[in-house]
This record gives sequence, structure tokens and C-alpha cells, in this order.
Amino acid sequence: MDFGTIFSELAAGMGTTVEIFLLTLLFSLPLGLVISFGRMSKVWIIRTITKIYISIMRGTPLMLQLIVVYFGPYYIFGMTISSSYRGTAVIIAFALNYAAYFAEIYRSGIESMPAGQYEAAKVLGYNGGQTFFRIILPQVIKRILPSITNEVITLVKDTSLAFSIAYAEMFTQAKALAATAHNVAPLLAAGLFYYVFNFVVAMLMDYAEKRMNYYS
Amino acid sequence: MNILEMKHVKKDFGDTKVLKDINLSVKEGEVVSIIGPSGSGKSTLLRCATFLEKMDDGTITYVGDPVVTSVNGASVYGSKAQQKKACSYFGLVFQNFNLFPHFSVMKNITDAPIRNQKRPKEEVYREARELLAKMGLSDKEQAYPCELSGGQKQRVSIARALAMKPKILFFDEPTSALDPELTLEILKVIKELAQEKMTMVVVTHEMNFARDVSNRIIFMENGVIVEDTTPEKMFSSDNERTRSFLGKYYGDAQ
Ligand SMILES: Nc1ncnc2c1ncn2[C@@H]1O[C@H](COP(=O)(O)OP(=O)(O)O)[C@@H](O)[C@H]1O
Ligand SMILES: [Mg+2]
Repeated sequence: MDFGTIFSELAAGMGTTVEIFLLTLLFSLPLGLVISFGRMSKVWIIRTITKIYISIMRGTPLMLQLIVVYFGPYYIFGMTISSSYRGTAVIIAFALNYAAYFAEIYRSGIESMPAGQYEAAKVLGYNGGQTFFRIILPQVIKRILPSITNEVITLVKDTSLAFSIAYAEMFTQAKALAATAHNVAPLLAAGLFYYVFNFVVAMLMDYAEKRMNYYS
Repeated sequence: MNILEMKHVKKDFGDTKVLKDINLSVKEGEVVSIIGPSGSGKSTLLRCATFLEKMDDGTITYVGDPVVTSVNGASVYGSKAQQKKACSYFGLVFQNFNLFPHFSVMKNITDAPIRNQKRPKEEVYREARELLAKMGLSDKEQAYPCELSGGQKQRVSIARALAMKPKILFFDEPTSALDPELTLEILKVIKELAQEKMTMVVVTHEMNFARDVSNRIIFMENGVIVEDTTPEKMFSSDNERTRSFLGKYYGDAQ
């Protein structure tokens, strides 16, 4: 079994893996911001609910969360689950999980901003929304980018957890291929793919960090 | 006409009474210095005047518009629109500048007038360039705050405040974060503004500056105004507390 064959066998799975990765970021990055607002809310009940949410998401295995999101509708509500729900379940579980991590990162960044920035903005007539999106958030993003990079790199590897609900992303396919061919090469190919994927991600994040180095 | 009128201002932080019945009026073109030991409530007074802090009781009137009134012994703030209008009358210069680090010098100065005051871009840019020239910073238009010295940062922050065309400018210890050389540079700028009849309230520890530049000096201690008078009278005061405070300064300042 040569690598050419393996990669063409795994190509579809790679596409799916990249898709899980991109969709998870697309949903979890904004959702994390919303959750971080909840976490910092002045309203006790909102703060407590988000705190519990974050603690559950971070304190239980993502694999378990995937299984709950996928099988939950059937076991809890007796709904029939179509196989097309598999992909949706993966994105829902990943987005909910990563949003919790991102929320804590946003929060640390937002709380590290000096009060003087808000005060200067207020005196200069910026309203609350403008202050946040124009003055605070751009600086927060710069501050939290290294932590975001860590999470994003973990996400690349975590996509393989979708195999726990038999979703046909790359790792699931590689494992099946290795089993039928009695050959470890597909798994090595998978490893190489994750490595290269992460290499590219790290380069992009590094570029983004450099782009923001024009001020300190 | 009084640009600013604050009457019977009271402010507590928990159990500490920080402002106890403060009255402050500032006429157009007047320069008022506020002096006093640290912890006496000078910053809190400026922060109340600029709505960064909510006062417990007392009134604020800007240019004849009452924006904070007192009802049954408690301050009542006017509507959002009234507060916004009042905000357009004043500017505030902070001790540690609080420039926006991700904006260039030019953008720090022009962003608020363009976005928040909806003034024409060309006009705002032209005026910003004039202000920068006046501050001796024409070559720094495209620089970022992190590339500037403390004195340059403070000059940018003064330009940023002036670009909003305030009727009154508050300074909270504008030179306290600067070393002596840069301090002089900033005091010179404020002095020039005074000559142009800019209405200003300056909290400062620079006694020579207060004496030379202000029309009035206010001495605050423990949340009350001990004296509010001309520089001549302040520096020849026979009030024991004033003398003791100024004595301490002149002990090491001269
Ligand atoms: N946000 C705050 N919370 C609690 N106490 C404060 C706060 N701001 C100021 N104070 C207290 O109020 C008093 C006056 O402070 P401040 O107005 O900063 O004095 P000054 O500017 O004259 O040095 C001080 O005792 C200070 O500790
Ligand atoms: Mg102070």
C-alpha cells in the first residue's frame, strides 16, 4: 500500500476534518464571546449559569459530550436520529465545548484591560458598543492570540474524536483502512496529515500575531 | 458666564466620605488649579464632573444647562441625551494619558470627532494637523503611542481632548507620570492654552505653575475645600492648614 493510494483513500476524510475544524471555529469564536459576557454579567443568575456551563464543558471529556449530543435526542426525547445528524452533532458538540474554553480566554483578556481605556472612551463620547468593538476588543484579541493559538492547535487534533460517533472524518477512515488492510501506514499518513495541518495553522497564527505587532 | 457649576457635591465610597459638600464654579476663560494632599478627593471631584463617578448628592450645571440636579438629598442625572450634551462641553486629560495604543497618533485625535461628533473628515484632519503642529508633533502623525516619550504622549492626549472642541478642559495631575524635563514641556503647553483663554481646571502638585498660570487656586483637604482664592492670597494665606501644606511643598520644591 503506497502513500499515494492511502492519501487518495483518505482525501474525503481530510476534507471533512478541515470542515469540522473551520465550522467549529466559525461558531465557537463568537459564541465564546457571548458566553464570556454571561460569565462577567452583573446579574448573579446569568453569571452562575455560565459558570456551571463552562465548568461542565471543561470538566468532562469532549468524547462524552459528542456522544450525549448525538444520542441525547434519542435517549432523552425518543426522537429518531437520522445519520445526517451525525455531522451536525459533531459541530454542535465541538462548538459548545470550544466556546467554553474561548469564553475563559476572552474573559481573561477583557478583564486585563486597564479601566483607563474605558474612561478615555467614555469622555470622548464613544457609546458602550463602540467602546467595546472599537477600543477594547482589538486590544483584547492581540493579548489573547497566543492562548487562542493553543486552543486552535488542540482543535486540529481533537477533530479525530468525531470517530467516537463514527463520523467519517479522516481519522475514522484511516482507522478503518488500517484495519481492513492490516497495515499501519494509513495511521502514519493520518499522523502526517495532522502534523502538516497544524504546521500550517501555526504559521497562520504566527503571521496574525506579527501583523498585530505594530503596537504594544 | 459660568461654564461649570457644581454645588453641594457629596460622594462616599462605602464608609469613607470622599467629597463633603463641595462647591466649584468656573467662569469662561478662567484657569483654576486644585491643590491638596493625596487622598483629599481631587481626582474624585474631577471624575464626578466628567461623569466617570456618580455623585451621591449635589448638582452639576454646564453652560447653564442643569445636567445633574438634587432631589430630596440625592443627585438625579439627566437623560442620556442631556448627559451626552454635557459631555460635549468638557474634555479630560489623564495622568497616565490613556491613549488608544492600537490607533496611530492621527487616529487617536480624529476618531472621536469624526465618529461621535459626526464632523466632516477633512475639517477634522485639518484641525488635527494644526493641533499637532502646535504641540510640536507634526512628524508623529503616523506614529503609534508606544513609539512616543511620556511627554509626547501627554501632548497627543491634550490634542485629542482639544480636537473635541471642549468649552472646559480638566487635567488630573497631567505631569505626575513624567520626569522634570518633560513636566516643563507639558506645563508650557498648558500655559499657552491659558494665554488663548481656554477654560481649564488643573489638579496639580506643581506649585510654581499653579501660582503663575491660574486665576484661582483651590486647596482641598479631606474632602472639603479649605480655601478658594487668588494665587497671591493663597500663597500668603494665614490659614494654618494651607500654610502647613504649602510649607511642605516649598520645603522640597524650591
Ligand atoms: N473607586 C474607589 N473606591 C474606593 N475608594 C476610593 C475610590 N476612588 C478613590 N477612593 C478613595 O477616595 C479618597 C480620595 O481619592 P482621590 O479622589 O483619588 O484623591 P486625590 O486625587 O486627591 O489623591 C481616597 O481615600 C481614596 O482611597
Ligand atoms: Mg488623584
